[in-house]
Amino acid sequence: MSSKVRKQRHEMPKQAPDMRISNFEEVALGYTPELAVAEATRCIGCPKKPCVSGCPVGVDIPEFIELIAEGDFLGAAKKIKEKNSLPAMCGRVCPQESQCEAVCTLGKKGDPVAIGALERFSSDYERAHGESLTEAAPSDLSLGKVAVIGSGPAGLTCAAELTKLGYKVVLFESLHATGGVLRYGIPEFRLPKAIVDEEVEYIRSQGVEIRLNVLVGTTVTVDELFEQGFDAMFLGTGAGLPYFLGVPGENLNGVYSANEFLTRANLMKAYRFPEYDTPIWVGRRVVVVGGGNVAMDSARTALRLGAERVSVVYRRSRTEMPARLEEVENAEEEGIEFMLLTNPVRILEDDKGWVKGMECIRMELGEPDDSGRRRPIPVSGSEFILDVDTVISAVGTNPNPLLIRTVSGLALGRRGNVIADEETGETNIPGIFAGGDIVTGSATVIAAMGAGKRAAHGIDEYIRTKNGRGM
Amino acid sequence: MYKILKKEILAPKIKLMEVDAPEICRHACPGQFIVLRMHEKGERIPLTIADSDRKTGLLTMVFQEVGKSTKELGALCEGDFIQDIVGPLGTPRDIEKLDCVVCVAGGVGVAPIYPEAKAYHQLGTRVISLIGAQTKDMLIFKDRMEKVSDEVYYSTDDGSFGHKGFVTEVLNDLLEKGLRPDEVIVIGPLPMMREASRVTGKFGVKTVVSLNAIMVDGTGMCGSCRVTVDGETKFSCVEGPAFDGHKVDYDELIARQKRFLAEEKLAMEHYLAGAGGCKCHQK
Repeated sequence: MSSKVRKQRHEMPKQAPDMRISNFEEVALGYTPELAVAEATRCIGCPKKPCVSGCPVGVDIPEFIELIAEGDFLGAAKKIKEKNSLPAMCGRVCPQESQCEAVCTLGKKGDPVAIGALERFSSDYERAHGESLTEAAPSDLSLGKVAVIGSGPAGLTCAAELTKLGYKVVLFESLHATGGVLRYGIPEFRLPKAIVDEEVEYIRSQGVEIRLNVLVGTTVTVDELFEQGFDAMFLGTGAGLPYFLGVPGENLNGVYSANEFLTRANLMKAYRFPEYDTPIWVGRRVVVVGGGNVAMDSARTALRLGAERVSVVYRRSRTEMPARLEEVENAEEEGIEFMLLTNPVRILEDDKGWVKGMECIRMELGEPDDSGRRRPIPVSGSEFILDVDTVISAVGTNPNPLLIRTVSGLALGRRGNVIADEETGETNIPGIFAGGDIVTGSATVIAAMGAGKRAAHGIDEYIRTKNGRGM
Repeated sequence: MYKILKKEILAPKIKLMEVDAPEICRHACPGQFIVLRMHEKGERIPLTIADSDRKTGLLTMVFQEVGKSTKELGALCEGDFIQDIVGPLGTPRDIEKLDCVVCVAGGVGVAPIYPEAKAYHQLGTRVISLIGAQTKDMLIFKDRMEKVSDEVYYSTDDGSFGHKGFVTEVLNDLLEKGLRPDEVIVIGPLPMMREASRVTGKFGVKTVVSLNAIMVDGTGMCGSCRVTVDGETKFSCVEGPAFDGHKVDYDELIARQKRFLAEEKLAMEHYLAGAGGCKCHQK
């Protein structure tokens, strides 16, 4: 059978580049049922299922793909939800190419099965057919009470998993809306907020109580939560303070952190200003510094907000870029310019405190550094000036210090991250668990989800042991 | 949702609101602020806490209508709701008993200085308050400040009440006459805080200012509120809003406050075209 398998995957239809750069609607349009079935039948159902071990939350990939091939789209969606509570989001933002699809048997001789696109298809189908909320909520949540802090991917997954296990969960969020980075960081054109809403609503329907506008550590302290009867707590507070470039001129008007730029656009919907009150300013010529997904998101958002020319400045080469290939390609198709092996030196000021240019220097690659990537070295005398009026710094974030600095005795790592057991999420304080970017520093949505899920089981074991019930 | 239980017009365009927010009041300390969002399409507005009562759970905010959002907030009435309030945010002021502090307030800055004056007063510190406003009509919190101060000096730009001129001139006079407080607290417009810090710098008196930088989340995530203090970039939402007045780069912050002037003007035009305004008396 395998000899007949088509080598090329079925590509997902997308909005044409010249159309999509003038709107915020989703770029990828998703499979039609016909395309989904055609792609699903490419899966050879190999016995070793390498894809499952490639998935941080262990979705039964061959099983759901087989259901799609049989035309049972709702069954496929249900199968995914057994392991993954946020499938429509994962189908869109997971780096499948370096996880499940990277180890797909078909990938040895051709394209791997488009697992992400199929996951997305089945959950979108379920949503469109109004079935997502019909699943009965667990009725008994009496095993204990858990506070989950932060409603990003780690917290949402941890909350959903704990509910499945029979715990009453209260999910605390400091912003006015749930989702964490899924809401404030990832743009509408890559992850529509209606999908975040729907998946959060699903989690709420399963019995999770959500409390917005509560900054735990400040509005209510960790000790107070334990006094209120919570048996355990999961810290999923994510990334926090953005790093800046560390070059002269970084506080000039027209310099944004990617976090500010994207939060204005995504969380506050500034792209619909003045219908929405939050303003955003984008100049004629924008430069984004950084090579990750956040840099791509910022560049593509700037383009949609009307910038004439948008460039990404990255100090290493294409090979070292941490952004997903698909996002780099999307950005290129849209006309984003890439200035690789280039690093900012200083930002130039006009006479009113605004950006009027950025001095850069060319880089070359030397020996590999701690990250295993070749270290960029400045080429002396290669400085040049870029004519720009807007600079967006997308060079990473610190773990969010706000809550963790209020917990006395919590063991922290060198970068201010929480130290937690990779398998159970346990910290050095009994009853406090942690996972996601607060532990690892900036990583991926699915890695955070995996950590949230493992911590839920760690919490389950902790509470059972504490209550003397065993496993 | 947070219910507005009281609304008071303190001066033209300056309004006081009390909202029911027991959780925030339980932890609020002098120097802290909240971020509110009026409705689904609203922006996140940082407002300093003017007072908070742990027993009643009433949170007092005072604001001046300067742009579209504060004008719209000012149009809300008793019984209306504010969709989101988060707080208390920012680093609380470290307040301990001292011999003497001087509180210098300009305009609406008197509201956030009040909890600090009150806290010092309750500890038995001698509190001297210097309150400046454009005109007599614009002086607010007079009774409250007099209750928690040992001495109060007033100034108005037009001389309609107290000293004619700037409040920083009153500060300069007192220091020239030999007053040496342990600390001077200054809250008001940026040029006034810059001038007050220049004055106290001459006499080597410790000075704390409270900055009102433009914020989005208010929890250290976005960096919109960054300010240079002693040559280092600080986030005023989490590391402030209070900083050593002698070390703040005021000129940079004054420039940063103008980042969205064109958009603010557009928002106001858009709002006025849509017939915004106070509806308290139409109910």
